Amino acid sequence: MVVPIAYYLVLSAILFSIGVAAFLIKRNIITVFMSIELMLNAVNLTFVAFAHQWHQVSGQIFVFFVMVVAAAEAAVGLAIIIAIFRARNTLNVDQVNLMKL
Amino acid sequence: MHLACILPEVILTLAGVLIMLVDPLLPRTASRKPTGWFSVLAMVAAFAASAWQLHLAPGTAYYGVVQTDAFSVFFHLLICGTVLVALLAAIDSVRPEAHDMGEFFALILLGTVGMLLMTSAVELLLVFIGLEISSISTYILAGFRRRSGKSIEASIKYFLLGSFATAFFLYGIALTFGATGTTRIAAIAAALPHTTTPILAWTAVGLILIGLGFKVSAAPFHVWTPDVYEGAPSPVVALMSTAPKAAAFAVLLRIFYGAYPSIQQHWWSLFWVLAAVSMTLGNLAALRQQSVKRMLAYSSIAHAGYLLVAFTSFSLQGIAAASFYALCYVAMNVGIFAVISHVGGYDDHLWSITDYRGLAYRSPVLCGAMAFFLLSLIGIPFTGGFFAKFYVFSAALQQGMFGLAIIGLINSGIAAFYYLRLLTALYSKPAQGSPVLAVPRMSITLGLAILLSASATLLLGVVPRSSLDLAQRGAGTLFQTGHPAQAAVQVVNDAPSQ
Amino acid sequence: MHLWPLAVYLVIVVMLVVAMLGLSFVLGQRHHNRATGTPYESGILSQGSARVRLSAKFYLVAMFFVIFDLEAVFIFAWAIAVRETGWTGYAEAMGFIAVLLATLVYLWRVGALDWRQGSRRVVA
Repeated sequence: MVVPIAYYLVLSAILFSIGVAAFLIKRNIITVFMSIELMLNAVNLTFVAFAHQWHQVSGQIFVFFVMVVAAAEAAVGLAIIIAIFRARNTLNVDQVNLMKL
Repeated sequence: MHLACILPEVILTLAGVLIMLVDPLLPRTASRKPTGWFSVLAMVAAFAASAWQLHLAPGTAYYGVVQTDAFSVFFHLLICGTVLVALLAAIDSVRPEAHDMGEFFALILLGTVGMLLMTSAVELLLVFIGLEISSISTYILAGFRRRSGKSIEASIKYFLLGSFATAFFLYGIALTFGATGTTRIAAIAAALPHTTTPILAWTAVGLILIGLGFKVSAAPFHVWTPDVYEGAPSPVVALMSTAPKAAAFAVLLRIFYGAYPSIQQHWWSLFWVLAAVSMTLGNLAALRQQSVKRMLAYSSIAHAGYLLVAFTSFSLQGIAAASFYALCYVAMNVGIFAVISHVGGYDDHLWSITDYRGLAYRSPVLCGAMAFFLLSLIGIPFTGGFFAKFYVFSAALQQGMFGLAIIGLINSGIAAFYYLRLLTALYSKPAQGSPVLAVPRMSITLGLAILLSASATLLLGVVPRSSLDLAQRGAGTLFQTGHPAQAAVQVVNDAPSQ
Repeated sequence: MHLWPLAVYLVIVVMLVVAMLGLSFVLGQRHHNRATGTPYESGILSQGSARVRLSAKFYLVAMFFVIFDLEAVFIFAWAIAVRETGWTGYAEAMGFIAVLLATLVYLWRVGALDWRQGSRRVVA
């Protein structure tokens, strides 16, 4: 049985939207960061699905690079989060408000 | 020769890696200034290499991933020059004895590699990698004053919203790949008119615009800008308010004119709205700011709006005007932030407009430079800011964008108010009883940085011909590649009538 | 439809689980002693809270692992195409590995790999 590409696209669109919603709603910095990772993985799913549809390997290669860059971003992001925890003793975004947004 | 096409990037990468290797070998207490001088040297070399690339035949390298043409060279020169000024301003204003300054300069060099790659990449994968290299190093630089709560806060806000934007940009690339089966910009332009799923391409355009809109801080994607500019160290703001933005604008031009010219009727109105909202919101919010850095943050949002006006005119003049505007904007902005990083101090102890009262009596030369940059930001004749606005609005008027041009002109008037407020503060007597904070003597490097940016702003306002010519040549390479798609515009327009 | 074996399988699984849980519920003995609710019923007393703060050192090591591990992806990709890419590919792969080595040297020199307390030069 072949799964139609539309299923993959709908799934990744749903995952991406969940990521966006979580980014806007969640108050813990780590959770906010995880929602960004969810969005990136939704994009990866889209790439793989299209790569399969077009019989092009370039989509898969793109996924490799997205993964590597996401890891670099995670390293920097978590380091910043540790720094903010040391400075403020909280990871709630509402309390990281020295400057008004 | 492939290597010639990425020579500036190679130079900067080697220099950055070398600093990272040498820095830990230096004794802990040794001054890190030599690494700063070395990075200045590397940046000059990269600038020269970019200028040399102008004499190369335009062409692609590494399997058509990077392209050297007048457009990429124009932005290479712009970015290298800006980072050079920012480096010169940073060498003395940050504590040279601090042991992490080697990292500071290495991060700037490596981030610049990312920006340069963004402007010469013609494959969306490389655009993405360049964008991330430059973004990740700026996230770290924004939080470089680790002891300051504000700096870390700026860093985390920049990081979270920046990564959020990157995800949108990536999703746009993925959908473009789905619509056309490729991520090469030229191939996208060729395949797009024949796509069976145009809806994917339309969605992709919106998503990419959201992603890059964050990077250039166009309203309504600007929320991070004031906080990040206020919290980050001023020498870093001098860098990140200019060079990465110019690179992001180059990517916008390259993608929208290079890859999506055939669906131009679907995206130009988006740019119209973005430009109008950015100009109006940026200027109105800047009116009620007390902090100088926040005010300039909102002013940079407004300037992003003026620049986006040029995008709506689908013409060679429009692209040239946008490139030229980017050049003038970075020249005056890096200059004014160089002044602020010295006057305000590394820890930003002078931050509000009232703190700047009477600067003319304490430090007339610095104050004169700052006043000149402010005049240029207003757009007074004989400054770069004047011609920049002039070309953008005339490009818009040529295409019949009367509404947008009028909104822009009204906004220029509003903007004059808050710039003049700061300007009058500079030249008025300090308030009675307020403590007069001394401004330290200007160092030679800072003087050089201000001199470079001021003379660039002046030259752009008096003899803009040569840089405008280069901008036009660059626009020509971009529009030329759009030509097959120009024909496609007709096809798409005729399609519904069949 | 060839799905009926799957349905039968599902039914058997559910029956088995119900049987196991139900039989132990009916036949098993019930008691409620002092130590029943504690984590270790064998009598070892648990100490402190489960929410321990771990040292940031673990984060560093985990991050280095993730990054270097992911970079290996590109080396694998080169490995399967090593003949097609020829000497150019070899030179570029060596350049890539050289940059990775430079990173490792940097990490080692700044003391990020040092596990002892208080000996590092940078604090993450």
